[in-house]
Amino acid sequence: MATYYTEDHEWISVEGDAGKVGITKYAAEQLGDVVFVETPDVGKTVKKGDDMAVVESVKAASDVYAPVSGEVTEANAALADAPETVNESPEGDGWFCVIKLSDTGELDGLMDEAAYTAFCKGL
Amino acid sequence: MANQTTETLKRTPLYDMHVDLGARIVPFAGYEMPVQFPMGVMGEHTWTRTHAGLFDVSHMGPCFLTLEEGIGGGDEAHAAISALVETLVPSDIAGLKQGQARLTVLLNAEGGILDDLIITRPIGDDAQGSLYIVVNGAVKHQDWEIFETALAGKAVLTRADDRILFALQGPEAVDVMSDFFPGCEELAFMHHMPFELNGTRCIVSRCGYTGEDGFEVLVSAVAGVPLVEEMLEDTRVRPVGLGARDSLRLEAGLCLYGHDMDATRDPVEAGMAWVIQKTRREAGNFPGAARILAALKDGPAEKRVGIRPLERAPAREGTEIEIDGKTVGVVTSGGFGPTVDHPVAMGYIAAAHAAPGTKVDLMVRGKARPGEVVALPFVPHNYKR
Repeated sequence: MATYYTEDHEWISVEGDAGKVGITKYAAEQLGDVVFVETPDVGKTVKKGDDMAVVESVKAASDVYAPVSGEVTEANAALADAPETVNESPEGDGWFCVIKLSDTGELDGLMDEAAYTAFCKGL
Repeated sequence: MANQTTETLKRTPLYDMHVDLGARIVPFAGYEMPVQFPMGVMGEHTWTRTHAGLFDVSHMGPCFLTLEEGIGGGDEAHAAISALVETLVPSDIAGLKQGQARLTVLLNAEGGILDDLIITRPIGDDAQGSLYIVVNGAVKHQDWEIFETALAGKAVLTRADDRILFALQGPEAVDVMSDFFPGCEELAFMHHMPFELNGTRCIVSRCGYTGEDGFEVLVSAVAGVPLVEEMLEDTRVRPVGLGARDSLRLEAGLCLYGHDMDATRDPVEAGMAWVIQKTRREAGNFPGAARILAALKDGPAEKRVGIRPLERAPAREGTEIEIDGKTVGVVTSGGFGPTVDHPVAMGYIAAAHAAPGTKVDLMVRGKARPGEVVALPFVPHNYKR
């Protein structure tokens, strides 16, 4: 299992051709208290960079982009009643969905943890 | 819109303090302002409703409007300055008692709202002929130009936005304030008192924009920085940013200029007809009187109402309101209300659908979400009457 990161602060944890997706701790801290999450419908096909989900804080709604192309095979239903999980455990229980990758080659364009940490430091 | 990267942003005298307190700073109304402190929007909101939140609102437009011949002259001087201002606003300024303040609106010739503002009559016969006015930060230059142009040769406008204007809001604000300004606890809502602090004059008003009891203080930068720092040492007080200021005023059903009212809206449709007192309605001598008096008589075509999304998805500004697939209104402010623990919104809707209890569809990201028209405010006001 390997975890990759985007410049838009999504993470994807890949096992075989399936990747669990969420937003990073950095993103969750920037957003503040999360009050609503709209996860994608299971069965939906997404392209890398598409608006895939929405995360809302008290103040604003933010788009979450698909880090890779593929089909959504699972969505985290627990976030509907407990959106604060995104703040409490952004890279654990606060995951958004699972995507079945259509092209694992897209992962090459993403950052590993060290590169992402350095990227955040530069912001 | 000016490009934010090239726009020169101003800082209030409390800017360094905000940074030291760990605030996240954003551009707002031409200033670098704290949007939230480390406590976070939700925490700051709840703290204000239960204790006392301190807000820097020095970006706003405090000013004094004074008769050209100067102050003094008791009631006659007040009548003279009021007559000048009443050509621009529809409220009864002449009828203010000494020390009393009123919310009013600056109107264009068509009766559209150019800003909402608070006008205060000073205390003492020797201080009459002047009014203390606080306008919104985002439009203060427009407002001041309107005053100066309309009243040229008759009254002088003196800006006071180099000072500190801060608000202390919440149920414990009165106890904290009375430690610093003994006697201010006697003030009723929308009244003020002048105080001397280290040799400088400050104005303490019992008002605010959170729905809670509280005060606003205008004080010089030099006296105000140590005052605010000392106040923040009180365990009942926490600094609060613009984020919670917005959620607090939205729950309290209070309008944000440029969002819930603007130059296209008149006070009647904005639900602010109460700012036009009886004497002014009878006289009908204010800008846009024809449109406003007609709206008062026949009712406005659209009304500002509270909207409660029935699911957990907030309906943000710009969300269309539909009934049976037809657009009947639009959300002008929307977000999450931490005290009601639910999304809250307000907006304009066709008068026929404005009754509380009316079911509507809120078009959030292209999807109809159920909502309901409700009475404002979402959280009862807690003013000291």
